[in-house]
Amino acid sequence: MTSIVEFIQAHQMVIAQLVLILGIFLMLQISAAVMVYFERKIAAWAQQRYGPYLVGPSGILQPIADIVKLIMKEELRPKSADTFLFYLAPILCATAAFAAFSVVPFGAETTFFGLLERPIGLQMTDVNVAVLVLFAITSMGVYGIVLAGWASNSKYSLLGGLRSSAQMISYELSYGMSLAAIIMLAGSMSLRGIVDMQAGYWFGFIPKWYVFIQPVGFFIFMTAGVAETNRAPFDFPEAEQELVAGYHTEYSSMSFALFFMAEYINMVTVSAVAADLFLGGWHGPFLPEYLGWIWFLIKIAALLFFYIWMRWTLPRYRYDQLMEFGWKWLLPLAVVNLLVTAAVVLGAGW
Amino acid sequence: MTGIYFWVLAAVTVMASLGVVLQRNPMYSVLLLIVSFGGLSGLYITLNAPVVAAIQIIIYAGAIMVLFLFVVMLLNVPTEDPPHGYHARLLGGAGPRWFGAVLAVVLMGELVFALSHLASTPLPSGTGNPTSIAQIGVRLYRDYAFAFEVTSVLILLSMVGAVILARKES
Amino acid sequence: MLTEPTLNHYLLLSAVLFSIGTVGVFLRRNLITILLSVEVMLNAVNLTFVAVDRYLNTVDGQIIVFFVMTVAAAEAAVGLAIVIALFRHKETLNPDAFTNLKW
Repeated sequence: MTSIVEFIQAHQMVIAQLVLILGIFLMLQISAAVMVYFERKIAAWAQQRYGPYLVGPSGILQPIADIVKLIMKEELRPKSADTFLFYLAPILCATAAFAAFSVVPFGAETTFFGLLERPIGLQMTDVNVAVLVLFAITSMGVYGIVLAGWASNSKYSLLGGLRSSAQMISYELSYGMSLAAIIMLAGSMSLRGIVDMQAGYWFGFIPKWYVFIQPVGFFIFMTAGVAETNRAPFDFPEAEQELVAGYHTEYSSMSFALFFMAEYINMVTVSAVAADLFLGGWHGPFLPEYLGWIWFLIKIAALLFFYIWMRWTLPRYRYDQLMEFGWKWLLPLAVVNLLVTAAVVLGAGW
Repeated sequence: MTGIYFWVLAAVTVMASLGVVLQRNPMYSVLLLIVSFGGLSGLYITLNAPVVAAIQIIIYAGAIMVLFLFVVMLLNVPTEDPPHGYHARLLGGAGPRWFGAVLAVVLMGELVFALSHLASTPLPSGTGNPTSIAQIGVRLYRDYAFAFEVTSVLILLSMVGAVILARKES
Repeated sequence: MLTEPTLNHYLLLSAVLFSIGTVGVFLRRNLITILLSVEVMLNAVNLTFVAVDRYLNTVDGQIIVFFVMTVAAAEAAVGLAIVIALFRHKETLNPDAFTNLKW
């Protein structure tokens, strides 16, 4: 028994890191389940009806019922579909969604009340080009959708997949430009560095968050993020499912569940990155530094509520309106934002 | 420690590139090329160039390959037909394939021979400092600013050209 | 076999990749696969640049890689547009089918 304890003591940094990675993985999956529940509840509140309320106290166990149902369903595959690609597509989507969260920090460096000899940051890894890595993995998420549309071997799936991926790569440009403006302000590409630049207050009570310096950038980032995750009002390729069919029409059971889990986790990642970049990450009043992750969770929850609220309130854009908005309005706005930020940073010597 | 990373990534890259060249179905070729880009990105990281590695994934694997994938899907590219005609019957039915394979082995043999007779030049010891984006930014915008501007004009030209070339004649 | 990779290893790997790409350009009879093989060749060259960069401890090679990637993107875009135009004309991607300029 003591040898196990000694072993853990000797390799504590590695084991702490592994425990952290496992914890983040489980947290993301649970967040997907929680999102399923809250989406339906908030949709119900917006539409003045009860949401799920039968399963468990006020319907809390509804996601578990959903998951069990999805596991028990029959796994169908169209006969002429390309088997390997058909099963690879949801795996790619889900992998990219999980991997994007690996560089997002969510807490200050902590030693877990003195258990560890050196403080460890609450994130999977601290890369000093974290923003670029995030962007790269988001670009890889497009492939899951494209392959899903192709491998289903059905006209409507193909069109849905093409439209969805075209939308995602169009909005990636504005996404990247708003990121570039933040990097200019912060002078660092590491997400932890950017959050650390947002500590402190001006005049004693206004926190030094970048959303106050870059409101346009925040708007661009959130809009592009909503479009990237194919959520309303930019979810025409998905809503085609109601009209005709979307890229995941031929999928059932766990493959379908993987697609939706990937979508919710992408939402969580976009919210987490927005909270890190614009809303000051884990800095907040009243709580000590090592409990900063509570503030982080509150900020993510607020952004996710905003996401769900938008879906059930706004009508959706038609596809050509969506593409026109992305290229002709959002991209020039992002470029102007970048230019103005650059001018101010140079001129005011920030 | 870099040793094992290099060998694994090199093996992945070479296997994937061979797959690109030998696969019949162009969709699989594109996907294997993406894998090969991933391998190369890992090799760039072992060479202390994390910025180039990230840019490789963003531009090559994330944008250019999406373009290829779109074209393959839109054109519904058929798998390649086997060789037929006069040339396929040269060399007793072996055709250009075998001849080409032999030439390829000769080319690779020559390059390997030439390069293995270089003096063994070890890379500077230690892990060194990964190149920061600040260094690249300074060099790019100060010393190579003209090339940067010209490249942006080039991309604009190619964008206009691609739109015009692919337009339907109406 | 698990020796520390030297510059020679990287150059050799780059040579192998380059020859694989060349083989692809010469032997494949599908325009898109030819373009993909050209990309393989460009990547082999990129690897050489970055490897020599590490050896000489400069940044210039990575800047050149940046430009190579950009030019490759431009070339892929125009090349694929031409492929689309050709396919629309003749419904095939076999380069042997486009023989109008042959005497």
